[in-house]
Amino acid sequence: MSYIQSLLGILLSAVLTENFILVKFYGICPFMGVSKKMDTALGMGMAVTFVMGIASAATWLVNSFILIPLDLEYMQTVAFILVIASIVQVVEMFLKKSVPALYQALGIYLPLITTNCAVLGAALVNVQKGYDFLQSVVYGVTGGLGFTLAIVLFASIRERVSNAECPKSFEGFPIALISAGLLALAFMGFSGLKIF
Amino acid sequence: MTEILIAIGILGGMGLIFGLVLSVASKVFYVESDPRLEELTQALPGANCGGCGYSGCAAYAQAVLEGKAPIGKCASGGDDAAQAMAQIMGVKAEKVTRRVALVRCAGYKGVDENGKDIGAKMKGEYEGIHDCLAASKVAGRGPLICKFGCLGFGNCTKACQYDAIHIVNGVAKVDDTKCVGCMSCAAQCPRHLIIPVEYGKRNVVVACASQAKGSVTIRGCTAGCIGCGLCQKICPNDAIHVDHNLASIDYDKCDSCGLCATVCPKKLIANTKPEAAPVK
Repeated sequence: MSYIQSLLGILLSAVLTENFILVKFYGICPFMGVSKKMDTALGMGMAVTFVMGIASAATWLVNSFILIPLDLEYMQTVAFILVIASIVQVVEMFLKKSVPALYQALGIYLPLITTNCAVLGAALVNVQKGYDFLQSVVYGVTGGLGFTLAIVLFASIRERVSNAECPKSFEGFPIALISAGLLALAFMGFSGLKIF
Repeated sequence: MTEILIAIGILGGMGLIFGLVLSVASKVFYVESDPRLEELTQALPGANCGGCGYSGCAAYAQAVLEGKAPIGKCASGGDDAAQAMAQIMGVKAEKVTRRVALVRCAGYKGVDENGKDIGAKMKGEYEGIHDCLAASKVAGRGPLICKFGCLGFGNCTKACQYDAIHIVNGVAKVDDTKCVGCMSCAAQCPRHLIIPVEYGKRNVVVACASQAKGSVTIRGCTAGCIGCGLCQKICPNDAIHVDHNLASIDYDKCDSCGLCATVCPKKLIANTKPEAAPVK
């Protein structure tokens, strides 16, 4: 399998077959919390994609050049949280100063996902699967795109459900959880999809 | 033992370095913000109702600071907010008159003592989505015979952050004491029935929006304006006119005498002046 093919395989698995939210169940908190409206869901998705790409790159560097040479792999989780939290803060400040338009679009979501488990999960999966630098970044970004796909689909469902009549006891959060479950079931249909 | 020390040292070192980077970054990327922005936001009620035309109180404060928006656009803050903002910006604010929402429909749904339908009549039972917009989109423009009247599914009630508009007997009614005039309800009304009126200048109200011919209106509602023009004839101030089969009041001329309310055969002009006799 050529290198390009492996990257395409990562893309396919991160977006569809091993979707972060609907198959792996990482990052359910923003998935349930910020999915009431389509535009906020889209903003959250973009922010997660952005942060996951950067975090994957940074954690790969930290892992390969600091943790592995010093035999500190068992500290990965702690070290990654530290790296991700700091990098998100720096990126936020940088955006506020240099790209105010992007800050306006992503600003309020960035602090929310500093310690998001989908972001940390992407970093840890990168290590488990032994991806190299480019593969890690591709996995992070496409994982974020998968997150965006899932949250946007879910937000559009919730917008419709909010206008529909549903039994009193299911109103609000219960019906949201049920729709999330059905959406996850639908995504199970992608399992087994492969690039040859 | 050394392993633990290495781990502590490396992670502590990483934390220290990241901390230093963050503190340097916060100096390098420091963005100056005008202290007045915070004060202006404080002066606003913080309801983020959108009545000023901006996405929220902070956005309006920003616009005022940049000189893009005039002071006194905040309906819910009213005169107090305008004066406070004027003080912060160092200018003089004009007196802001309070305005409230007004629903131009009196088409309540009810039956009289003989079991006969009065008020707005229905074409039939509506079983669809419990939402004004959805109901107004079904074939035949909704369950009411009147094509202009309040559908009564309460989109305005849902939009109101101040608990000031409610569906009473199937028609939306504004509670003047609670309404701040942000007009978020008006944006949600698919029939565009809700209009802003200056508070205190609306003692006489034409509560109908039907522009259909009198004979058509009368078929659908016992409280609809048939455009007979009696109010226009009796008005001493030339303040009420029938246009497109509907009476409308010019509040610049109206002095709330209430004569029109007394002659209206359909009793849809209401004089809500406190000392006036209640319209039966």
